[in-house]
Amino acid sequence: MNILILGAGQVGSNVAHQLAREEANQVTIVDTNATALRELQDRLDVRTVIGHAAYPDVLERAGARKADMVIALTNSDELNMVICQIAYTLFDTPTKIARIRAPEYINAPDLFQSEHMPVDVCISPEQLVTDNIEQLIHHPGAFQVLEFADGKVRLVGVRAHKGGLLVGQQLKALDEHLPNVEVRIAAVYRAGYPVPVDGETTLEAGDEVFFIAARKDIRVVMSEIRKLEEPVRRVFIAGGGNIGYRLARALENTNQVKIIERNRARARQLSERLERAIVLCGDAADEALMLEESVDGADIFVAVTDAEEANILSSMLAKRLGCKKVMALINRPSYAELVESGNIDVAISPQQVTIGSLLTYVRRGDVVKVHALRRGRAEAIEAIAHGEPGHSKVVGRAIDEIKLPQGTSICTIVRGDVVMQAHHDTVVEENDHVILFMTDRRHIDDVERVFQAR
Amino acid sequence: MRLAVVQRLLGLLLLIFSFTLLPPVAVSWYFDDGGANAFLSGYVLTVIAGVVIWFPARKHTQDMRLRDGFLVVAAFWFGLGTVGALPLLFLEQPVMSLTDAMFESMSGLTTTGATVLTGLDDLPRSLLYYRQQLQWLGGMGIIVLAVAVLPMLGVGGMQLYRAEIAGPVKDSKLTPRITETAKALWYIYLGLTVACGGAYYAAGMGAFDALCHAFSTVAIGGFSTHDASIGYFNSPAVNGVAIVFMFAAGINFSLHFLALRGTSLNVYLRDSEFRAYAKGMLGLAIAVITYLYFFGGYTSLQQTVNEGLFQVVSIATTTGFTTTNFAAWPGAIPVLLLFASFVGGCAGSTGGGMKVMRCLLLYRQGIREIKRLVHPNAEIPVKLGGNPVSPRVIEAVWGFFAVYVAVFVLMMTILLFDGVDQVTAFSAIAASLNNLGPGLGDVAGNYGTLSDLSKWVCVIAMLLGRLEIFTLLVIVSRSFWQE
Repeated sequence: MNILILGAGQVGSNVAHQLAREEANQVTIVDTNATALRELQDRLDVRTVIGHAAYPDVLERAGARKADMVIALTNSDELNMVICQIAYTLFDTPTKIARIRAPEYINAPDLFQSEHMPVDVCISPEQLVTDNIEQLIHHPGAFQVLEFADGKVRLVGVRAHKGGLLVGQQLKALDEHLPNVEVRIAAVYRAGYPVPVDGETTLEAGDEVFFIAARKDIRVVMSEIRKLEEPVRRVFIAGGGNIGYRLARALENTNQVKIIERNRARARQLSERLERAIVLCGDAADEALMLEESVDGADIFVAVTDAEEANILSSMLAKRLGCKKVMALINRPSYAELVESGNIDVAISPQQVTIGSLLTYVRRGDVVKVHALRRGRAEAIEAIAHGEPGHSKVVGRAIDEIKLPQGTSICTIVRGDVVMQAHHDTVVEENDHVILFMTDRRHIDDVERVFQAR
Repeated sequence: MRLAVVQRLLGLLLLIFSFTLLPPVAVSWYFDDGGANAFLSGYVLTVIAGVVIWFPARKHTQDMRLRDGFLVVAAFWFGLGTVGALPLLFLEQPVMSLTDAMFESMSGLTTTGATVLTGLDDLPRSLLYYRQQLQWLGGMGIIVLAVAVLPMLGVGGMQLYRAEIAGPVKDSKLTPRITETAKALWYIYLGLTVACGGAYYAAGMGAFDALCHAFSTVAIGGFSTHDASIGYFNSPAVNGVAIVFMFAAGINFSLHFLALRGTSLNVYLRDSEFRAYAKGMLGLAIAVITYLYFFGGYTSLQQTVNEGLFQVVSIATTTGFTTTNFAAWPGAIPVLLLFASFVGGCAGSTGGGMKVMRCLLLYRQGIREIKRLVHPNAEIPVKLGGNPVSPRVIEAVWGFFAVYVAVFVLMMTILLFDGVDQVTAFSAIAASLNNLGPGLGDVAGNYGTLSDLSKWVCVIAMLLGRLEIFTLLVIVSRSFWQE
């Protein structure tokens, strides 16, 4: 796929990095910052073009005429919209994706339609990250909660603890413990490496487990893997930027929220816009202030400032002061890996969240949802099965007969409203939503091929 | 520095290159000239060398770093020059010393076109073909070819590409993927070669000669299958074809690419480097032809134009074909032509020299200094095609120029110490460093009379010129090897 990325900021660079890794993509990236582009050029096999991202001649030079997709990721919502408009009007680009941060635009009905503002997909990394954190807070104990099939099914990542009923037993025991629940263990990682999963696999404490289950069953499944945690009540948010604000807004009616922001003007602004949350002005690394505001009694501490080092340090401090659980927003994958197994319970990677939503549009075949996992190494995919039985590589075949590359498994099938665990003899029907888990996404080509209707 | 990564790649590249020793075998069988065994032995030895180098390091598949790229390219060119000399050593006729074989092989690969062989017309056809093929492979760059056919290189491909491609700005890619860019360049190169061969054939060359000369014309090499070079054919039509294709091969290949994609010739006219290249060539041709007409002893204007234009394009693009002994031309012409070869072809072409782009930037920088003296407070950027050129690039051009001159002086001094006369020493180093080929004085047609030491100095000069000096200098610098 020929992809044009406008804007080489943090999100743009990362998206370029993820997309260029895949053989099939040809990536061109445009920015006015020559230094940023040169650095990208050194690290990635992409083409870079210096220039204003919305000017038609710059787009032309960057190959917009041949692009299958433009992704507008500049700092300005307005600029991103104009880019999509120009790509639509002058270059007739099939897929136009724009980063739109302001909810005012996203919530405006009928705005993003081709005759008005031709943006096919709006992505708002802040919103995605906020949703992600919110899910994690609603499912204490999980380090990852991702939705499939319009929320009917969820993929949950949990670290196994001694208190879990299943720990120390073989996975097949799960069916005996929970006979009426459709749940599927998608993958188990031990010390960072995937372990082959079948009924005989024994779960150990410390394993990272990914399972897929219907929404209502998640709590009971989690209790199998670790001791169930109390629902979260007191939430402490460090950083009153876009993410912090949205999170506070989303949680303030159900939880007791405190949000701490350094900048006095911004803190004032937050306090005016939030109803019930308590807005504090100060430094999240100020021990005295944190104790004063009883961080030790908080159920969860979320550090979401835009400085990742500050996030790491303030959440480590909060943990030491006695907070039960801490999460930090961390951009660099290497930082995330450093801290996640140690003092910080969950490292949230905004890039991983964003890239997943973009990959959905890059994937060929009938892919409706993609989530990147494990810093982009693994991937969970929801695809729709299409085609005639006998001709399709999927429809009309039992799971056993579908040829998939190593490390890839079909976990769950959603047929209408019914969620089914995929057994080896389950036959896939037309329009089934099939959820796959790939431990090594380098095999993505083979998976795409299987799901491409003839 | 991860030597194992470099080693693995080097072995692979040698393995791939070994296949290029097979076409001469076929040529030898076809003409039954008895050279097949030499090329087969060369092939087998190269394969063995490739496997020995590759096998121990085959599992080191990590990505290459910037530094590794320099080492791979430099080592590969050295290695290639060496294994390229193997068949020449094995041939029963002519008998060549190691020095001569290395000289011939390196002169071929670097598209210099200087030779130590005489009596070319009587040599085995396979050898003649092999020399031309070496030039053709070296022209666009064997590494660029490797990048085109080895998709596994990934970003590493870019590092290699940069270390080999000519010109001051090396980051401009034609397509998002480096392999696609390399492929595009080679397709254009291949297309030009086919067109050139066809045109030669139509102009009256035999099929074998047409193919061989197409190779060395488009590569801006200068090897010929005849002692008298292009002069052997004594045909204005052949000269005309050669002029057109030498000129075309001296243009930046990115322009060819853009022109083909946009199917428009405006691309050329808008490019300031091309304009400077064309204007310079035209000015030089007018000066040389005018002078020749009055003082050259030619009788007709037509002949003067024919000889003058051919020689100007051939030397200024650094090809080095000759139709006549231009070293004997009167006045400043021989030296003037040699100076023109310092400018050479455009960046990203197959031509040698310092490249038109660099000279253009140096010139504009000079103009800027003059303007600055007149308007001390003026802000005067150096521009190219309407866009300001970053100071970083201009610094690099200055650095390149300084090192080029220093290397030139050093090598010429060595030749002078070796007992070579001044004109010969000057022109031999100029012709080697600029990848031109024929010089003046004793090296006007043939380098056979030079001592072994002088030949080796020329070999180094050719390689320095082809890899634009820095790629080689980098790996002999201390900072390169310090972790």
